[in-house]
Amino acid sequence: MDASIAGILALDGLGNGAVYALLALATVLVFAVTRVIFIPQGEFVAFGALTLALLQSGKVPGTVWFLLALAAAVVVQDLAAGLRQRRPAARLASQALRTLAWPVGVSLLALWAAPRGLPLLAQAALTVALVTPFGPLLYRLAYESLADASVLVLLIVSVGVHFALVGLGLYFFGAEGFRNPSFWDQRFQFGGLTLAGQTVIIFAASIGLIVGLWLFFERSLAGKALRATAVNRLGARLMGISSAAAGRLSFTMAAFIGALSGLLIGPTTTVFYDSGFLIGLKGFVAAVFAGLSSYPLALVGALGVGLLESFGSFWASAFKEVIVFSTILPVLLWRSLRDPHGEEH
Amino acid sequence: MLALPLLPVPDFWITQSIYIGLYALVALGLVLLTGIAGLTSFGQAAFVGLGAYTAAYLATQTGLSPWLTLPLGVALSVVTALVLGSLTLRMSGHYLPLATIAWGLALNYTMANMDWLGKYDGILGIPTIKLFGADLGTGRALHPLVWALALLAAVGCTHLLDSRPGRAIRAVKDGATMAEAMGMSTFRYKLTAFVLAAALAAVSGWLFAHFQRSVSPSPFGINKGIEYLFMAVLGGVGHVWGAFLGSAVVRLVEDELQVLLPKLIGTSGNFEIIVFGLVLVAVLKYAPDGLWTFAQRRLPARRRVRDWADAAALPARDKPARGEPMLEVVAARKAFGGLVAVNDVSFEVRSGDIVGLIGPNGAGKSTTFNLVTGVLPLTAGQVRFRGQPVGGLSSREIARRGMSRTFQHVKMIPEMTVLENVALGTYLRSRSGVVRALLRLDRAEERQLFAEAERQLARVGMADRMFETAGNLALGTQRLMEIARALATDPALLLLDEPAAGLRHKEKQALAEVLRQLRAEGLSILLVEHDMEFVMGLTDRIVVMEFGTKLMEGTPLEVQASPAVRAAYLGTEH
Repeated sequence: MDASIAGILALDGLGNGAVYALLALATVLVFAVTRVIFIPQGEFVAFGALTLALLQSGKVPGTVWFLLALAAAVVVQDLAAGLRQRRPAARLASQALRTLAWPVGVSLLALWAAPRGLPLLAQAALTVALVTPFGPLLYRLAYESLADASVLVLLIVSVGVHFALVGLGLYFFGAEGFRNPSFWDQRFQFGGLTLAGQTVIIFAASIGLIVGLWLFFERSLAGKALRATAVNRLGARLMGISSAAAGRLSFTMAAFIGALSGLLIGPTTTVFYDSGFLIGLKGFVAAVFAGLSSYPLALVGALGVGLLESFGSFWASAFKEVIVFSTILPVLLWRSLRDPHGEEH
Repeated sequence: MLALPLLPVPDFWITQSIYIGLYALVALGLVLLTGIAGLTSFGQAAFVGLGAYTAAYLATQTGLSPWLTLPLGVALSVVTALVLGSLTLRMSGHYLPLATIAWGLALNYTMANMDWLGKYDGILGIPTIKLFGADLGTGRALHPLVWALALLAAVGCTHLLDSRPGRAIRAVKDGATMAEAMGMSTFRYKLTAFVLAAALAAVSGWLFAHFQRSVSPSPFGINKGIEYLFMAVLGGVGHVWGAFLGSAVVRLVEDELQVLLPKLIGTSGNFEIIVFGLVLVAVLKYAPDGLWTFAQRRLPARRRVRDWADAAALPARDKPARGEPMLEVVAARKAFGGLVAVNDVSFEVRSGDIVGLIGPNGAGKSTTFNLVTGVLPLTAGQVRFRGQPVGGLSSREIARRGMSRTFQHVKMIPEMTVLENVALGTYLRSRSGVVRALLRLDRAEERQLFAEAERQLARVGMADRMFETAGNLALGTQRLMEIARALATDPALLLLDEPAAGLRHKEKQALAEVLRQLRAEGLSILLVEHDMEFVMGLTDRIVVMEFGTKLMEGTPLEVQASPAVRAAYLGTEH
């Protein structure tokens, strides 16, 4: 290996690492606020990439029907709970309306826009608008009523959600894989090194999002409410912060980050309905490196995972996944030496 | 089940039944791990794969007899589980499942990329198992072996759960403090559960290889690992027989769905995982105990037979002479960052005394208590127990030396009986391990344990309630049960953390009577308490704390007369 190959590999690794970083941040965020280890985080990535791909080819993406089905399921669940508690019909109706408004609105927009071949950026925005509501809908369907269950139960629920989403992904998107067009075809030369425009966009978007998250947590009331919930759920509840609302917000952000990651990674690799799991798990390795609690460490870990993957695929391409997932062992060893005390359940 | 192949059952059902037996072996391990020890693994399919590939590789390459590859596959699984477990089990419970996901993926990719393991095609032409010269084949003759092993494992698990190590594994589930205070190594029992689960999975894999006569990576992937967990959860993750029920339901329904769903949907694909995912979430939400509970309700509840009337007494420690110094706390200090919670506190407890530790909220009583029992490490100072320094020792080691405690918030295993909960206290006075428990060689010792537990329950006046489920008791009775459990450790010093909190007046009187009785029998007691009337009427001496420092020490009368104590509790007049 010479310096130029090393440079190419490093750039490639950091590009993927930046996307893993976003997923790691989302994982840490969701875990801190809701104690849910959100295995299906990667599914949002696949859904984002596939939605854009289908919009590109002028078809109505399966996401639309998927979203409507989820929203309908939430409405049914709310209605059943409301009827059991004998809530007034007007309140039930307004609740259903609030649940349906965004999914139905954005679905109609997608139906209108799909055959019109809008510019790439507009389609990307539409994709994010379609995938983001998956987060809060999933939270309400699967997790909200279990908010006080143990981490273990929530983790098993996550696995169930992952199963269901992958299967439904196959139904709604089909088994075909897609590779998206690059957002920016420009190439920059630095000596022997070529920097693709898409990589620049990945870096810019990741940094932008990380700064945005930082501002959100430091400066906004909603961000501070999420932090308070993460530190102490009961205490936050006593201060009038609804932990259910905090959970929905964190899932919304996770889905948004996932969809964005899908847009970023879509042009660099072929995405299938089930590709999200592995991508998400790489974000996970980084999140574990951060002890599921530190955002800066998650970033460092994610870049490390990206580099390891790109250099690993150069040296032993068949074993790159083995290398990436085996690193969790030394990471865990390091963590157990650093933080040996398990908490009480 | 063993005789099923003799009946005129179609081959299809024999095959299904073999699959159910194979799955149940794995799910049984998950019952131990998830239902009993409160941990989980998504990588059980990888352990199955380890067992299967070991059998396949050795049988095809070296021609080694399957009966020799079985222990090798199990050993390989056990070693892997030991490594994964020792890396993750000292940390909180969600690191193990995360590690098993990663390891399951890594192993699967390794299998799929190694030339000598046949890459994605796997290994073909695995011989069948022969027993006493008879070829067991892959059908009717293999069925009894599969089910014999599965049922043997189930019976072994049932034995284990009703034993000293089994109760220790249960105790680990709800946090470490109580188990450690009873002298159990929580790490060791978590590891034990994980290793047993891995070994069961490897046995299933060995059978699988010789049943299918070929192995390839796909049945050992992460999805299968999740499916095994699904079987355990669906059947009832706390019940041994739930593993069989869950495996049967999943196997039979999966087969139907694989035919039905693609027809319904119009394209082929693994759509059954949608149903599995949805059902998994629904089960956890609406029936977290699984399907077996519905069957269990129809079965008669089995009650323990009281067969320990003539059991020999457990070994007991030498009791200290009256007036001998038991506990000496010398300038004990605990700082959390800049906050000094306990500031150079000194006091002592002599044998045969009841000493009360009192003070307003936030005075540092509970922290002092945790320093003495080894739950928290000392920042500075010294704690001596019977003349030996115990500062820096773990709560397990301190328990071994004869200090036993109760908890401010009762810590017990609510689904076990009162008797079994109290028997946890005898842990350090007995020695049966997992192997003896599996083989039921521990019965004589078990009788001794239960005899001791009953004796201690009688001491606190609860012998008539020993077969009740602990979780159903009122708070006051639960506190008495905790005292009986602490007594079962044969302590020289008993530490009670707010024993009267939440008790009604009558219950407090009964408790005080029990404690006086224990003092009369020569036991020393240190208690942290809020209730003045309770403390004043009971103790020989009182240590008063305020803002982390010792305010004064004296007899109840002296403390009552002290203006400083009055000021601390009620404030001063200005």
